[in-house]
Amino acid sequence: MKTFTYRTADDVSGGLEPGATFLAGGTNLVDLMKLGVATPDVLVDVTRLGLDQIGDLPGGGLRIGAGVRNSDLAADHRVRRDYPVLSQALLAGASGQLRNMATTAGNLLQRTRCRYFMDATMPCNKHAPGSGCPAREGDHRNLAILGASPSCVATHPSDMAVALAALDAEVRISGPAGERTVPVTELHRLPGDAPERDTVLEHGELITAVDLPPLDLAARSAYRKVRDRASYAFAVGSVAAALQVTDGTVRDVRLAFGAVAHKPWRAHRAEEALRGRPATRESFRAAADAELAAAEPLRDNAFKVTLIRNLVGSVLEGLS
Amino acid sequence: MDLVVNGTEHSVELDPRTTLLDALRDHLGLTGAKKGCDHGQCGACTVLLDGRRVNSCLILTVTLSESEITTIEGVDHPVQEKFLEHDGFQCGYCTPGQICSAVGMLDEAAKGWPSAVGDPELTDAEIRERMSGNLCRCGAYPNMVPAIREAAGR
Repeated sequence: MKTFTYRTADDVSGGLEPGATFLAGGTNLVDLMKLGVATPDVLVDVTRLGLDQIGDLPGGGLRIGAGVRNSDLAADHRVRRDYPVLSQALLAGASGQLRNMATTAGNLLQRTRCRYFMDATMPCNKHAPGSGCPAREGDHRNLAILGASPSCVATHPSDMAVALAALDAEVRISGPAGERTVPVTELHRLPGDAPERDTVLEHGELITAVDLPPLDLAARSAYRKVRDRASYAFAVGSVAAALQVTDGTVRDVRLAFGAVAHKPWRAHRAEEALRGRPATRESFRAAADAELAAAEPLRDNAFKVTLIRNLVGSVLEGLS
Repeated sequence: MDLVVNGTEHSVELDPRTTLLDALRDHLGLTGAKKGCDHGQCGACTVLLDGRRVNSCLILTVTLSESEITTIEGVDHPVQEKFLEHDGFQCGYCTPGQICSAVGMLDEAAKGWPSAVGDPELTDAEIRERMSGNLCRCGAYPNMVPAIREAAGR
């Protein structure tokens, strides 16, 4: 590991010297430092800023502090009651130990597990811009089918972020230029020709909280994840959904897909195709197809198109 | 810096890169926590930090202040006897991590924390899911599950 200096952050105003990065739970960053993929000069510890509370928002909804640990968030009774998809997504990720360490903001900002990104000796446009992308012709079974670019086919690995994307969550950000709020669906970027940038955050900007707006249909929501082993593995594909059905007709729906793109994939087209339609397996499959029509699978991951279509069908049937 | 491990305060001088696992093993002589993968994927390094189970290989020691660390050397819990009774190991390398993880997990379950399985009771499926962060290369899982089940009083 490259050497670094360590300090604790004094306040939430953000701001970082060049070469510095924020440290929270460390479950991904410390690992990437060991691998030589992350090489910060300075670590600024943000775990003592008091951002570890879950509070009620005045108009309904919840404010989740950026430093709330994944296990505490998954166990929160308000989350389990009003936003079960979020609790389920958190519990589908990582292990008990890691969830005790990992934070809300850290979960959002974790890096891809693409094997070429994780290997500092390999070319990768994400860790060494301009060096090329071996994944496109190489091992890409678990990489993107939507929104990829010639320079990067990585997927975002978070389960939690997929649920947050379905729930219209908003990310509160503090930085040298002041505060701003970004929908979680716009926090992560598509790779384009700058895959080294995962998110729209500027250097020195700090996530302070994630707001969950009140959303009645979220009380009827679920997360389903497919992976290569029964537990403790990243998703091969996942679906977060909330559904409201009246008299057999879809009144409202939220859908997001995981492990298919460089960002949690909010399925707006599928939602549009479903509103006002009969709540039947045929409608659910057709809605999934409307979203997946844009898929551009690689040589070895076309199975994800079928996988997501089937997942959408089974999750929505379970909720209807 | 000062570290409280198993109720004893230690003063250590460390490179900021030193993980908690390396501090315990190489600086304090507490070799119970094991280095398996060193990447948070196997659970052999599990210790309790303020009572919560964590992977000590992914914690930079410099970030710890006023935390109480409990390693397998400081654990005194019925699950240890149950592991002996049920022969919950073969080579034993993962065992300290399994025990520390089980102690933390039983506390989580007692607090009503949910798991991905969603059973109301601590069934065998619940135990397997909740312990999935601890790998055993010998495959001694079938004997660990009843050991943990009995330690939970079921």
